[in-house]
Amino acid sequence: MKDMTFETLIAVFEEIFGRSLFWVMVAVAVVVTLGYLFVLIRDRSISWKKFLFAQLSMPVGAVLAIWFVMVMTESRLTDLGGPVDIIVFLGIAVTGAIGMAILVYTLESLFGSKRTKQSSEN
Amino acid sequence: MDRRQFLTAAGGGAAASLISGDVAAQSNLIQTSARIIIIGAGAAGTALANRLVRRLDGAQITLIDPRRNHLYQPGLTLVAAGLKRSDYVVSDTAQWLPDGVTWLAEWVAAVDAEAKTVSTQSGETLPYDWLVVAPGLVLDHDAIDGFSLDMVGENGIGALYAGPNYAARTWAAARRFTEEGGTGLFTRPATEMKCAGAPLKHTFLIDDIARRAGNAGKMNMVYAAPQSSLFGVPIVAEKVRMLFEDRGVGTMMNRTLTAIDASTKRATFAVSGGVEVVDYDYIHVIPPQRAPEFVIQSGLAWADRWTDQGWVECDMQTLRHLRYPEVFALGDVAGVPKGKTAASVKWQVPVVEDHIVAGIEGREGTETYNGYTSCPMVTRIGRAMLVEFDYNDNLVPSFPGLIAPLEELWISWLMKEVALKATYNAMLRGRA
Repeated sequence: MKDMTFETLIAVFEEIFGRSLFWVMVAVAVVVTLGYLFVLIRDRSISWKKFLFAQLSMPVGAVLAIWFVMVMTESRLTDLGGPVDIIVFLGIAVTGAIGMAILVYTLESLFGSKRTKQSSEN
Repeated sequence: MDRRQFLTAAGGGAAASLISGDVAAQSNLIQTSARIIIIGAGAAGTALANRLVRRLDGAQITLIDPRRNHLYQPGLTLVAAGLKRSDYVVSDTAQWLPDGVTWLAEWVAAVDAEAKTVSTQSGETLPYDWLVVAPGLVLDHDAIDGFSLDMVGENGIGALYAGPNYAARTWAAARRFTEEGGTGLFTRPATEMKCAGAPLKHTFLIDDIARRAGNAGKMNMVYAAPQSSLFGVPIVAEKVRMLFEDRGVGTMMNRTLTAIDASTKRATFAVSGGVEVVDYDYIHVIPPQRAPEFVIQSGLAWADRWTDQGWVECDMQTLRHLRYPEVFALGDVAGVPKGKTAASVKWQVPVVEDHIVAGIEGREGTETYNGYTSCPMVTRIGRAMLVEFDYNDNLVPSFPGLIAPLEELWISWLMKEVALKATYNAMLRGRA
């Protein structure tokens, strides 16, 4: 790859998703991350009850991420052919899992469910 | 809000450093009134135009190309395997061209390299200071007796190179073959050709699709080529030989397709000392490929190499014409041993850009092209080999130690499927 700079990567991602969708996705990721940081700072501690629920949602996020990539690229699990493929595969799963955990934790903290609201009152 | 404003609003050091590059480039614009003509608004011409406008202020850049549609040609193999629709490869030429350049939608009739003019078929004559010849190549379908493009899609005839609609029709014929079985002949021409991996990809994909449908037992897959090896790079040829053996794909080497009889489904091959006639149920035709006629008629071609094909006589490293220093060749038409792919164009364009800009400034350019060519060789749906090589047949992997060039990998398929068109589009805009 010639001139593999940060700017090239941005250009390529813009082309993959379309300029608007890509930056909307970046914005969503930034907003969720900022929301996560916000609730961490606001609460001054991690709520382990919320974190448990977030953790439970991680496999869902991992599977969703894998499913999304497989469907979009007409791939099957048997196409994984070497170590780098396993690394990419796990990377997608981990990204999906962490993304889902952060999303669930943040949503629960911001909007709260009955269970976690009770926990914050306790 | 555009990207720059967005990043500025978002703040942060990374964003600031990202922007500073562009700003620096704009403040270093070179003032010139040079007249630059680019023949061809395909991958090479468009990418070069987009890069030149970022370097030069006041240059008169004219692109000459009658084709209103821009074709993303690396996608044609996917269309011909039913993996993408034909519109996946089609866009408007105009959408990729930068502001401030002139696009003349005409065929070039002749170049007078002594008088430094280009004349079009409508009779217009344009003078130039710098000329870039990048019109692509011509598919010589008439060279195959008994074949014409209107046959594609019927009677087991495919020809994916001919364009998006023909690629889609190729899939119609190939799909029937994968369902009904029989003998499939996958050919390639004796001339230089664009993307020498494409005939192999088509073979692999059609074989895989038949296999998935449970029809492997009905298929007699045969790869037929005028050359004696399966690929120009020996180490890759060996790997393909092993894969063909694994998939049960037979080979007919040293055979050049010269004619087909669509009614009896027979193909005629020239072999040393005679001809050989082979029955087929599906045949994929890739015709001989040559430079456009004006290149030959204008005296720009090699006199002693590829004399039946007419590629532009140019330096292998700089792509500068050997007799006319203000003329450069880019892309398929360049008379260099390798490099008729979009990946090559990506490497060639910055070289020609550098030498033209340097020439305008009165100095010598320093960039060189090493023959880099890349071929994400699809070996089945979901897997590919990311084969990259140079003039010397050396493998030059972009990700050494990470993505093995001769291994069938999912990540290489992901690159072809997801990142390749995006990278190509970024290249067209002069951003990759």
